[in-house]
Amino acid sequence: MNDPILSLDKVHTHIGQHHILQGISLNMKAKGGATILLGRNGAGKSTTLRTIMGLTPASTGRINFKGKAIENKKTHEIARMGMGFVPEDRAVLFNLTVEENFRLSMIEENEKTHENLNEVLELFPALKKFWKTKAGLLSGGQRQMLAIARVFVCDHALLLIDEPSKGLAPIVVDQLGESLLRIKDKTKVILVEQNFNLARQVGSDCFILDDGQVVFHGLIQDLALDKTMMKNYLGI
Amino acid sequence: MTTQTIAFNTDRKLMKTGLNRIIGIGLFLLPLIWMDLTTYLTLTIAGISLGMLIFLIASGLTLIFGLLDVLNLAHGAFFAFGAYAGYTVLNFFNSLGWIETASLSSSLFYLVAALCAAAGVGALLGIVTEKLVIKKVYGDHLMQLLVTVGVSFVIVEILKIIWGVNDEVVPVPMGFQDSFILYGVFIEYFRIITIILGVGVFAVLQFFLKKTKIGIIVRAGVENREIVKTTGYNISRIFTLIFAAGAGLAAIGGTMMAIFNQSVDPGMGDQFLIFALIVVIIGGMGSVTGSFIGAIIVGLSFNYVAFLVPKMALGVNFMIMAIILLIRPKGLFGKD
Ligand SMILES: Nc1ncnc2c1ncn2[C@@H]1O[C@H](COP(=O)(O)OP(=O)(O)OP(=O)(O)O)[C@@H](O)[C@H]1O
Ligand SMILES: [Mg+2]
Repeated sequence: MNDPILSLDKVHTHIGQHHILQGISLNMKAKGGATILLGRNGAGKSTTLRTIMGLTPASTGRINFKGKAIENKKTHEIARMGMGFVPEDRAVLFNLTVEENFRLSMIEENEKTHENLNEVLELFPALKKFWKTKAGLLSGGQRQMLAIARVFVCDHALLLIDEPSKGLAPIVVDQLGESLLRIKDKTKVILVEQNFNLARQVGSDCFILDDGQVVFHGLIQDLALDKTMMKNYLGI
Repeated sequence: MTTQTIAFNTDRKLMKTGLNRIIGIGLFLLPLIWMDLTTYLTLTIAGISLGMLIFLIASGLTLIFGLLDVLNLAHGAFFAFGAYAGYTVLNFFNSLGWIETASLSSSLFYLVAALCAAAGVGALLGIVTEKLVIKKVYGDHLMQLLVTVGVSFVIVEILKIIWGVNDEVVPVPMGFQDSFILYGVFIEYFRIITIILGVGVFAVLQFFLKKTKIGIIVRAGVENREIVKTTGYNISRIFTLIFAAGAGLAAIGGTMMAIFNQSVDPGMGDQFLIFALIVVIIGGMGSVTGSFIGAIIVGLSFNYVAFLVPKMALGVNFMIMAIILLIRPKGLFGKD
């Protein structure tokens, strides 16, 4: 069974007067590694994720998640269907401790989520050290780890992760890659990622966006070979 | 800054707060110069229980402001409506002839019934107000002031239609009119009950906000709604609940005040809204602990001054507020 877990069909999104997404169509299979969204700054990658999540709702077009139309659903309903989201701005709750940040992310606190939590903390030992510290006092990189780690404690069907490697030390990026590889078997991941090495390590297929439209879809290995594509849209 | 200067500064800060505390406590012992110890203790207990009454209404106000960032001037109307709801329940028991003969324990039962009714009515009023009006003005303080004044008028008019425009005498359960003597000081049971209720509400609020999952969600929602939504929580329902809780607390305060004053009148909300606002400002907008301390300060100074210089009783609270704002513009526990 390999039905698409998520599909967007001619999705347009307006923010105020601006026409940001201009007919995005995507299809993502449930299995087989992460899907990467690439594109230059301002291409509409973050807006695509926010539109899927219902934060900046689509003005027209259809979005299907697990076979159900979600374009008219509220954000919290979409989240409850099994979609997790890591926004790009290291979004953690500054006034809550690390512990409270994790508790917040556990929609249900049961054996399974506590087990997940222990696993996650092994992956990011720094967070364990600051367990009772307010997240606002963590360093930027630690906050980024927390923002990512907190979605790993619940089992999602789909994770939307926006530029997780931003501001992380290379060794932590490696850890991150490892953790993404580890979850990709049970959870589908859509990753916005500028770090092409990380993208290649965890991704299978990729979409390139430009000016709110899809300009490329294919396997990430193929893209790596396509010199003109790489140069025009990624500047590599 | 070097670590040394930081250490030096924290030292100075500690010394300063220590000094402030000593000055604060000293100020509250000051009235002893003009009165004997028994009077002082009587006034102190009365002051603390008045403070707890004010805390009940201020806590709701500070909750709604601190968590939802809503300036709610309809709070006095919730308070008045709660007072009438509690009055109606007590009146019902009175019509059965039970109030005049009530023992302390059955008095407590009638009080709990009246408080539950008030809290229920207040919460309901809060839910309706939040869904119809407040929802549309989150984030806009000026609009909040305007619409909540409007809501306040509407609620008071409804109150007048239901209960009439005149003052009503509140039947006080017999058990509360008794008092006991401790070290020569007469203490009415109702004052002690007020203090227990106030401290209880404070403790429950603290526990709820600091320790429970809902508390975590609420604090998170105040800071960043988006994260809370994307985690899967229905933030707007949570905000409605908070508003309802604040309104319910105001209503509980209303019933307690109705019994305390043995009367209700349609305008009672405005009068106590002013007290509550002073307390919230002294304590620091949005801090429950601040409101608790602020309410005690206001209750005590009101009583001491009412005894010594009756005409100054209300004025002194404005003076305290002004002085505290001069020293700490954000209030005692206000966050920068
Ligand atoms: N709230 C907003 N109001 C107005 N314009 C916006 C808003 N959010 C995004 N945009 C615009 O939408 C376009 C796409 O933005 P988006 O954040 O999706 O880009 P991105 O691909 O994620 O870029 P980056 O790589 O820099 O993160 C940009 O031109 C941006 O200016
Ligand atoms: Mg972006």
